[in-house]
Amino acid sequence: MTTTIPTPLATTTGGPDAAFTLTGVTKTYRQKKRTVEALRGVDLVIPRGQLVAVQGPTGGGKSTLLQMLGALDRPTSGSVKLGAQELATASDGALARARATEIGFVFQGFNLIPTLSAAENVETAFADSSLPRDARRTRVAAALESVGLAERAEHLPSELSGGQQQRVAIARALVKEPRVLLADEPTGALDEVTRDEIMTLLEGVWRERGLTLVIVTHDSAVARRAERRLYIKAGQVSER
Amino acid sequence: MFFTYLRRELGNRKKQSIIIAMGMALAIALVIIVNGVSAGVKSAQSTALSSVYGVGTDITVTKTATAGGAGAGGQQFAFGSGDSASGSSSSKTKLSQSTLQLAMGTSSLKESSLATVEAVEGVKAATATLSLTNSSFSGSIGAAPSSGGTSGSGTTGKAPTTGSGTDSSSSTSTGTGPSSFSVDSFTVTGISTTDTSVGPMSATTLDSGRYLKASDDGTKNVVLDSTYATTEKKTVGDTLTIGGKKFIVVGIVSSSSSSSATASDTYIPLDTAQSLADLDGKVTDISVSADSASDVTSIQTAIEKALPSATVSTEADLASSISGSLSTVSNLVSNLGKWLSLIVLAAAFAIAVLFTVSGVSRRTREFGTLKAIGWSNGRIVRQVAGESVVNGLIGGAIGAAVGVAGIIIVNVIAPTLSTAAAASTSGPGAGGPGGASTASTTTDIALQIPLTAGIILIAAGLAVLGGLLAGAFGGWRASRLRPAEALRSVA
Repeated sequence: MTTTIPTPLATTTGGPDAAFTLTGVTKTYRQKKRTVEALRGVDLVIPRGQLVAVQGPTGGGKSTLLQMLGALDRPTSGSVKLGAQELATASDGALARARATEIGFVFQGFNLIPTLSAAENVETAFADSSLPRDARRTRVAAALESVGLAERAEHLPSELSGGQQQRVAIARALVKEPRVLLADEPTGALDEVTRDEIMTLLEGVWRERGLTLVIVTHDSAVARRAERRLYIKAGQVSER
Repeated sequence: MFFTYLRRELGNRKKQSIIIAMGMALAIALVIIVNGVSAGVKSAQSTALSSVYGVGTDITVTKTATAGGAGAGGQQFAFGSGDSASGSSSSKTKLSQSTLQLAMGTSSLKESSLATVEAVEGVKAATATLSLTNSSFSGSIGAAPSSGGTSGSGTTGKAPTTGSGTDSSSSTSTGTGPSSFSVDSFTVTGISTTDTSVGPMSATTLDSGRYLKASDDGTKNVVLDSTYATTEKKTVGDTLTIGGKKFIVVGIVSSSSSSSATASDTYIPLDTAQSLADLDGKVTDISVSADSASDVTSIQTAIEKALPSATVSTEADLASSISGSLSTVSNLVSNLGKWLSLIVLAAAFAIAVLFTVSGVSRRTREFGTLKAIGWSNGRIVRQVAGESVVNGLIGGAIGAAVGVAGIIIVNVIAPTLSTAAAASTSGPGAGGPGGASTASTTTDIALQIPLTAGIILIAAGLAVLGGLLAGAFGGWRASRLRPAEALRSVA
């Protein structure tokens, strides 16, 4: 059932320049009494600093692939490497550390803590509280500044628009200076104007920081702005 | 961040936080009040017992009376030709007699038992007493009518004021004329004049005169209970006849506990009591205080082994001899109060656990997100547990305030509890007219609940325990959330 990507480019083999190297990744779920194969023998290499868009139909395996890349879940079989670190066999603690230091997440629904202000939401990204308080505050302020929300730092999420909430979520993802930014339908809940603003913002930080940016999207307008477009259907990945 | 997040979450879920805190507050207040009342009742029991046995008495040693044994029967008066009987010009025969016998329902121990008890390891002090009843009979019997009727005319008698007696005077077969007599009795306790740290004198305060002292041994000096002295209109320097001998009143004492009488009407030197009652080398009670409360059981066992025929009672055993409303409250607190507070406490803990777990379920997306951005399980568990503990502490603080207020209200109202404590326990066969107990002390004690730091510690401990319990369940639930599943489930 393993699918070999037909046009592997120069990135099909992992190495020191690879942000992610997936080999024979399969993920199955038990859903009621039937087994669902969300990923079927995926082989994939994503080089450092690449902007990749992942498209595909609903239930095709996009979110599952993103969870594998984001160390949120382990594959049923196969290997997932973040740089040189094997995630498939890592402990829960090691996965949590990888998420805390290497990976930033942006969600479709923003997923901000409703009771915390914008600045406090950004500060939650410091999973390791050993960083001095003043240093944390400085970096939070800089992150909010970078997404254009310095003056909204004390506002609660409910006091912000959808676009502003997504900016806060992006600031939260960036404040810990990750190597990888994973965005799951980051513009799915936004109107076209706001969508373009958010995409411009993401492209900007991608360029400035040399991040590896993986965006899962249904929106072809968003996907067209990526360097590389992947299509995933029935758990199998192909290039577009 | 921890405290900011905690404060915001509790503030955001006010309704849930208030329900949890109120449940905890109710349970903790109930536990505090029940515990407080229990301590107050225990203190009242101790007061009632100390009026009988003295302050600090941990153990008493007595001997159960046997049927027909000394002290088991009623008072008897036997009149012979030489017994204070005299004729008179009005043809009446005057009779008077005073006896000093073991108090009814009691039996005597050898005085050497005191040395045996003192030799037991862990005994701090011990003292022996001899409980006696002085009964006096006086009256006159009219001469038989000249017609020589065979049926006797009635006699008029006066019931004894305390204790009991058997009226042995009766009409003769030849009949008597108009007669009248009275029987009076009061309790007499022979006490050690040297060791008053334990025993009856330890629970008294001196109203006038002085206590008995070593130089009183062998003398006919007596100390009176203030209630008895008032009834008999006696003051220091007056005389009182005990066992047919005149005693000089040297002091008047009252119970150190409020509005309660002492165990005996009169106190005389032990050796004098033994001599007068013809009970040389005998005692009825030995009061023992232990070095440590933890030694009481082992001392009781050792004394029972050394004195197999004696009855050895601890303060807990003695508490069962208390009756009256104090006993009712004690039973209510120990049964209904204890179970009610336990049930309410369990319900409050269950509510806290259920609300916390349900809160975690509602925050699946939140915790999934936090895990996705790198929060460890430990940090999430700490956050959930922290919220629960603070919730519990708020409940604990409210509960402590309500509980303390309840205690203050009880102390201001100071409900009066009546007690009846039997000085001498009686066993089977200790019957006889008048019942088995001879020195029953009725006491009215105002219930006072001690307000101690321990109460606050109980509240704080329960609050933290409830919070930790709820936090542990909630945290366990949160830690089991897998970030991918948590995010998928909300998606």
